[in-house]
Amino acid sequence: MANLMVNPTRMELTRLKGKLRTAQRGYKLLKDKRDELMKRFLDTVREVQALRKQVEEELMRVHGSFTVASALMSGPVLEQALMYPKQRVELDVSFQNIMSVQVPRYTFKTRTDDSGDLYPYGFAHTSGELDDAVRALGQVSSAMLRLAEVEKTAQLLAREIEKTRRRVNALEYVVIPNTEQTIRYISMKLEENERATTTRLMKVKEMLLEQAMEEQRARDAQALERFRS
Amino acid sequence: MANYRIAVLGDRDSVLGFQALGLSVFPVQDAQQARTTLHRLAQEGYGVIYLTEGLAAELERDIARYQDVPTPAVILIPGREGPQGIGLGNLKAAVERAVGVDIL
Repeated sequence: MANLMVNPTRMELTRLKGKLRTAQRGYKLLKDKRDELMKRFLDTVREVQALRKQVEEELMRVHGSFTVASALMSGPVLEQALMYPKQRVELDVSFQNIMSVQVPRYTFKTRTDDSGDLYPYGFAHTSGELDDAVRALGQVSSAMLRLAEVEKTAQLLAREIEKTRRRVNALEYVVIPNTEQTIRYISMKLEENERATTTRLMKVKEMLLEQAMEEQRARDAQALERFRS
Repeated sequence: MANYRIAVLGDRDSVLGFQALGLSVFPVQDAQQARTTLHRLAQEGYGVIYLTEGLAAELERDIARYQDVPTPAVILIPGREGPQGIGLGNLKAAVERAVGVDIL
């Protein structure tokens, strides 16, 4: 019995009916939004899962090559070899709107287009395993960026879905039933008032009639008195 | 459209190679150092921060802070010690958050 502290008036009733209409409309819209978001989300999640698996596998291969390379080369030499990268990556972030969620879209620009031209070192002092590792890294980098994009999208969508779901539930289980109940309460109260008025009128009419009859009887008695005398 | 950079954060052995790709590499020794570096990078306009799973295990709350903002994206990658399933676990957590149950 929540929210019944209202004045049972016609104005309040009209206001509440308007509110109920808005709530129902909002409920429908939000439900649609939630369903569509969910569809997008599940697609994204599937992509993340596949990409993550791929990236993890490839990175493990890269790490393997690196381990071998660092075993064959001394630490400072390895570090020196990688110190000045030839390649430079710049990231452009734009945002795409999915059901009013801003999700990032990454595009990256590299300084050199040739993926074979990654090696920032001469080949004299380095081992072949390092070349393997760097080449493998170059291949996995675009998948890694795509992974970043879809994983972030998944996170943002998850948040939005949670929010939308809460709103839908609040409307479905709290706002709409409460409003309906209040409307019922007010209309019942109004009907009762109406019945009370009717009975009161009937009672008044009865009393008036009684009074009129009383007067009539008095007049009749008077007339009879006059007639006899 | 804005220009961002990409950072790789992790233990020295795991992240060194990314330098060859032209990504900004930040080797750190322990979780505390990783935490301060992570927050600094997030403020300095890095769009994507790759973080090794080994460190991520100790930085859960710091990562959660960036989960709901559009940038940066903190993405977990396996370190040298191999995938620990934390990245996948985060994905599962996101699914659970959205759907209510773990459906993966």
